[in-house]
Order: sequence, then C-alpha cells, then structure tokens
Amino acid sequence: MSESLTCDVVVVGAGMTGAACALYAARAGLDVTVVDRGPVAGGTTGAGEGNLLVSDKAPGPELDLALLSLRLWAELAALHGPDVEYDAKGGLVVAETPEAYDGLRAFADAQRAAGVTAEPVPADRLHDVEPRLAPGLPGGVRYPQDAQVMPALAAAHLLRASGARLLTGREVTRVLRARDGAVRGVRTPRGDVHAPAVVNAVGTWGGELASRADVFLPVMPRRGFVLVTEPLPPRIRHKVYAADYVADVAGETADLLTSPVVEGTAAGPVLVGASRERVGFDRSLSLPAVRALAAGATRLFPFLSDVRALRTYAGFRPYLPDHLPAIGPDRRAPGLFHACGHEGAGIGLAPGTGLLIAQALTGRTPELDLAPFRPDRFPRPAKEAAP
Amino acid sequence: MRTELAVIGAGPAGIAAALAAARRGIRVTLVDAAPAPGGQYFRQPAPGLGESVPQHGGRTWTRLRDALAASPVDVRPEHHVWCVERESGGLTVHALLGPEQRASVELCADAVLLATGGYETVLPFPGWTLPGVVTAGGAQALLKGGLVTPGGTVVVAGTGPLLLPVATGLAAAGVRVAALVESTHPARLPRHARALAGKLPEAAGYAARLLRHRVPVLTRHTVVRAHGKDRLTGVTVAALDARGRVRPATERLLPCDALAVGHGMLPHTDLAESLGCRLDGHAVAVDAEQRTDVPGVWAAGEATGVGGAALALAEGHIAGRSVAARLRGTTPDPDAWAPAARVRARGRTAAAALHALHGPPAHWGEGVPDDTVICRCEEVTAGAVREALALGAGDTRTVKLLTRAGMGWCQGRMCAPGVAAVTGSPPAPARRPFARPVPLGVLAAQHHRTTSPEHRPRPEEGSP
Repeated sequence: MSESLTCDVVVVGAGMTGAACALYAARAGLDVTVVDRGPVAGGTTGAGEGNLLVSDKAPGPELDLALLSLRLWAELAALHGPDVEYDAKGGLVVAETPEAYDGLRAFADAQRAAGVTAEPVPADRLHDVEPRLAPGLPGGVRYPQDAQVMPALAAAHLLRASGARLLTGREVTRVLRARDGAVRGVRTPRGDVHAPAVVNAVGTWGGELASRADVFLPVMPRRGFVLVTEPLPPRIRHKVYAADYVADVAGETADLLTSPVVEGTAAGPVLVGASRERVGFDRSLSLPAVRALAAGATRLFPFLSDVRALRTYAGFRPYLPDHLPAIGPDRRAPGLFHACGHEGAGIGLAPGTGLLIAQALTGRTPELDLAPFRPDRFPRPAKEAAP
Repeated sequence: MRTELAVIGAGPAGIAAALAAARRGIRVTLVDAAPAPGGQYFRQPAPGLGESVPQHGGRTWTRLRDALAASPVDVRPEHHVWCVERESGGLTVHALLGPEQRASVELCADAVLLATGGYETVLPFPGWTLPGVVTAGGAQALLKGGLVTPGGTVVVAGTGPLLLPVATGLAAAGVRVAALVESTHPARLPRHARALAGKLPEAAGYAARLLRHRVPVLTRHTVVRAHGKDRLTGVTVAALDARGRVRPATERLLPCDALAVGHGMLPHTDLAESLGCRLDGHAVAVDAEQRTDVPGVWAAGEATGVGGAALALAEGHIAGRSVAARLRGTTPDPDAWAPAARVRARGRTAAAALHALHGPPAHWGEGVPDDTVICRCEEVTAGAVREALALGAGDTRTVKLLTRAGMGWCQGRMCAPGVAAVTGSPPAPARRPFARPVPLGVLAAQHHRTTSPEHRPRPEEGSP
C-alpha cells in the first residue's frame, strides 16, 4: 500500500525531541506529520532516566538551552504533569573529597552567575537534605531546579497533545530534494510524505538520516547502562550524583567511565547510572560496567548493598564531537532542520529545542542564538568518501 | 572454583548430560536452584514426608538418581544462577547461594551446558488473580513436592499436554476434579496422529485414568471467568467456535475451590540470551550436537524447545557426549549416540505436533475486559495496555515502557503472554540480563575485586 501525503513539516523521529518539535510546530500553526521507523519512544527516549538538569551544565549555550527548557517543562507539567510523572525533586551533587567540594562550590558560583539556583550544603547538613547518604562526605550542592519525567510517557503524551499525524513503523529511506537543492519531503517504503520542511529528530541515527539528505553530521552513540532495583518505599529524595559525573559527561575517552547517579522513581525502583563507553551500538551486557555502577551507588548510599537489581539495560546517547546538539536550519539543504545530538540530556533539552525549531520553521527570531548549535559546524573529514 | 563442565539445571536434560560427560572422564559440576536434583519432572517430596517415589517415571528416576550418586559429578543444590559470563579463559557461572540468595559464588568452567528448563504460560481472564487459582504446573509441583493438593474440588483448564497428568494426578490423590477443560478441538488430533503415534499409549493411559476417576472432559471449552470474593468459589466455562471465539449462550458455572490453569510452556532462555546465543523463536538454537553458536556453550532439554522428559534425556545425553569429545579436542562420532538421536527426532516431531495442536485460543486478548489485571507485579490492567496502544505503542516493548507491565518482580515471566495477547502481537523473547535479582552489594564486591591492582589494573576507572 503506497500513499502520498502533504503537510507543512515532517518531523522524523517519535522520541522526546521529535514530540517536542511536533508540539511547538503545531502550536505555531503548522500541519505536522511525525514519521518513525519504530514505535513511539523506541530509541534513546525509551532507555533513559528522564533527567531535566541544570546542575551538570557549565555556563554556556547548553546551560542557556537547559534553563529555557526547564521553564517550558514547568509549563508543560501544568498541563500534563501526572501523565508524564513530572517530579520537581531537585538535584544534589555530592563531593567525595574536600578538594572536590571546593571545585564543586566554584562550579556552582559560576552557574549562579548564569541564572542557576545552587545552594551549597555543608557536611553537617547533608543528611537533613538526603538522610540515607553515606557518612563522612565533605559536602554537596543542591539544585532545586533539577527535575524528572518518565521519558517514554512524556514523548507519547506530548505527541498526542501536538495533534500531529503519527506514522510509526516507517523508515525514512530518503530525504527528497528538489533540483535546486531544497527539501521537498521524505520517502518511506509505504509512500512519500511531501513537505517543504523536514526535521531530523532521530537521536543516535541523526548522522544516518543526514546522509540520506546528502549532508554530513557526525552523530555517534555513547553507550550507557542503567541498573534498576526492586521497588522500594521512597528513600532517596533527590537525583543524587557524585561530582565527577560532570567531568565524565565532558570526557573525551572511548573507555568506560562511570560515576554514580542515583535516584528514586514514582513507581518505586531506584535507578542507578551512569556509565559512558564508545562501543558502537553493542547492546550486550557488560558486567564490568554494571559492577562499577553498583560500586558507585553503594558508596553514596550504603543501604543499597542489600537491595536487589532486577534488571539492567543499555541505551545509546547521541553525541556530537563538541558535546553540543545540532539545532536549527541546515544551510546545505534548504528546508532541512536538525534537532539531534543532545547526548544524555535530550529529555531535559527537548522543549527548548522544539520551541527553537518551531521559531526557525516559522521565520521568527529564535529565543536563543542558534550559532553554537549550527548543524554545519563539523567539516566532512577529507578522507571520508561521500556517505 | 574450577571445573571442566558446568551443567546448569538438574532436571532430566542436565542429569543425563552430567552422567554422559562424567562417564567419559570429564569433571562435571551440576548446579540447580532446588534443594535436590530432579527438576520439575522428577520433583521429589521433601524429606520426611514418607512417599519417596514420585508419580512420574519412577524407574527412570531411580536409575538416574542412583547413577548420579555413584558418579563423581559434583552436585550443587540451591545455586541460583544469575549470569554466565564469557571471558578469555573460559566461562564463569555466577550463582547466588541458598534460600537467602545474598552471597554469590563463581564457578569457572571450560564448557557450560544450559539445561534451564521451561516455564508455564497462563493467559489472563477475569478473576485469574484470586487465591485458589494456581498454574497447572504449580498444582503438579505441590502434589509432587509435598503431596499437598490445592483444594477439595478442582477444575483443570487451559491447553497443552500438561493438563492430563495434572488432572489424573489430582484425581489419584483423592481430589474431586470437577472438569478437565481443554480449548483444543479433538477433531484436530487425526491430522497429527502419525507424529503423535509414540505418545498414544501414554495418552490412552491418561484417558483410562480420567474415566476411572469419572473426570468430565470438556474439549473446545475455555474458562471465561473465575468467581469469588476473597477466594475462588467457582468458574464459568464456555464453548469455543471454530475460530476460537466464545460461543454465545454456552456459559455454565462449575463450583470449585481451586482452578489449575495453564496454556503451554516456554523455554527459559535468559542465560542464553545474555551470553549472546542465537535463538530460534523462543528456543535456544542448537546444532546436531546440541551446541549453541557461542563457543563452549551447549544447551539441552526444554531450553531448546519444550518437548517433555524423554526428549530432554536424549538431548542431554547427546550434549554430554559431545562436550566430552570436544573438551578432549576430538570430533564426536554421531553413530555412537544413534539411539538417543532417534529418540530426539521422534520427540521433536511429537513436540511440534503437540505445539500445533495446543496453540492458545486465537482472539484471547480481545475477550479480556478492560478492568482485568494483566501484570500483577505492577497492577497494570488490560485497559491500560489498550491506552498505551492508543498512545502509539505498536509492540510489547513500548507497551511495557508506557505501562510498566512486565517491569516488576517477575520481569514479565508471568504476564508477557497476556500483554502480548492484549497488544495483539506475538510474544517476543524478553531481554533479561540478570536471570535472577542480584543484590547491588554482590555486584559492588565483584567490582572491587576485579579492579583491585593485583587483579586487573583499569586506570581509566580511577576517579569515580
């Protein structure tokens, strides 16, 4: 069965970022079709913890996008809060050495200057804020703006709220270009969808979709494991993580990096992250990675030693070489817009990304300067053959 | 500790493999979660209950038990294997000990045989979570393990070859079996008569026993509802039409205080999947020697396709002989196990016929009302699953993400077939990297040991 559809914009990708792009584009009055090769939330969205964070971001364009997004998330929560399990729980970053505590406070000072609320918590107050923490930690910083959603539910509900036409189970095999180079829609095995604008919101596969429009975008997967425990009564109040997480996020190594990230969920299980490895799309269990996660989590919260992990799963963060996403129009292919490469922060950064894309689609001045997110900022490696 | 062959699962396949390999000079360690070997098929009453001979395969069991006792096989009961890890030096079996499952031991082996058996599937219907409703296999386990019966008046229902021994076993133990309710149409039997020829004497035996105990048999019927407030008081059964839908105005009430229900079995493949073994549908794929496609890993019994004890014994025997030859660097001669290979061929043909005969009723999911709980651990109803479908979930994985169905204690072992039925997609093998829940302290201790300087320096992990 083949069909041909026409609309104002095709959003490729039914994950969190695609949902946000669809929502804000529809709110701007555009007729939106969302196309995905799988179901909703089938990629990185379905494998993440749903972090909405400012705490791990240094002043700069990503923090500006995070602050915009958290403001938008609070608005969205007023409409969809319970459906998407929005929880403004706040974050707590703890230092494990006095030197790390000094570094953490200096980092927080700089963040405060950029508009982040960051409250130092000295050692003697840590257990008032997070009673089950290990003894003897030198201190931490609390970030009340950090929040959490259930990412798959968030994507599904925002997609529905957008009113966009949803075509799942259809892989985009080609981004259609007119003779003058302008985008004119997408090809799928079940028919073409015609539109003057196409948004690339396919996360880790963003580079592959870009190549189907004949442009270069080096999105790569960075694997992470999450350990999920048995359901527990609420014992961990914040998203709690160790100060070295911030360094790991920006780390350049391909090897395994782990730093403990621990948080409870509305449903009861505690989630333990975060490992980072560049191993391609290998989903198989890595015991060294999950052992390191467990060691980190039990160091922060000794009571977790007796708690059982029910399962673990891998996800792939879509990262770009400078750890910033690609957001905005692609000058190399008029009508093509990118909204991918958010690494591990895509759920948090989605609403801001969606709003910026909608503003760009409708020719309005974007809320933030898009220059740092320019999709064509990566030169195609000289040696590489055309994709 | 170290061994040559680690056999996981001490049911018919595992015991046969352990014996066959040990007889050929292989050092074998046989681990099982239960307090004593035998598996579900040869489950023994707890010590002190008197009755030591089980109902099933009495002589076969006596022979296996005595052979195992006389063999050098190192039998390790109460080992709950949570993962098998492949390393450069071989395979490491990780097992939690005893009923508490707090401490973990490691068993290093040159070869591993996965004889992990199968588990029962039950499709949901209104009232299926009431006390008094048990799985058919659960009723059988109660009967074999402690000679406890699940109730005074029992209905046995569902589909599959397990229902016959459960009904006759209960009747022989003095329970009143109000009905055996089987959804398959007996008219479909002749189509498979040739494949099932070997099973006919066994089936005739069950038929005679059902007759002797005056157990009414309702074929092409199904349980549509279980009744009761705090516990089961009866079930409503109804006839099915040719397409598997409930025929109107055929419902009738059968009072009972227990319902033993089952809709067939699925292979346990968790360990095989995290090892990266290829699956064929729901079963671990093996070659003629019972080797998986992962070097050093064999599989036998229900894990490679549900087919009963005789098939499992034959597969285990072949696997054990293959391991013995391969670990000594020789190529085994299949002629040496020709009798077992014939039993295996017949067993697989019969299993395929039984599988075709006893497919769960079509359209089951459509008939499940919105308020029926599908996933008990997370209390997800059929209505919630349908809501997820409306939100854009097209498969069971997305349904799980959006509803949490299958994310609880049982990790979908109980509810996956029901979720798939309501979703309207075929049940897919689940990815369960941990075959058992494992304490974080166990994983953390392994981290500290494997990353300590004398073991394996990992400088890149130094900071956190």
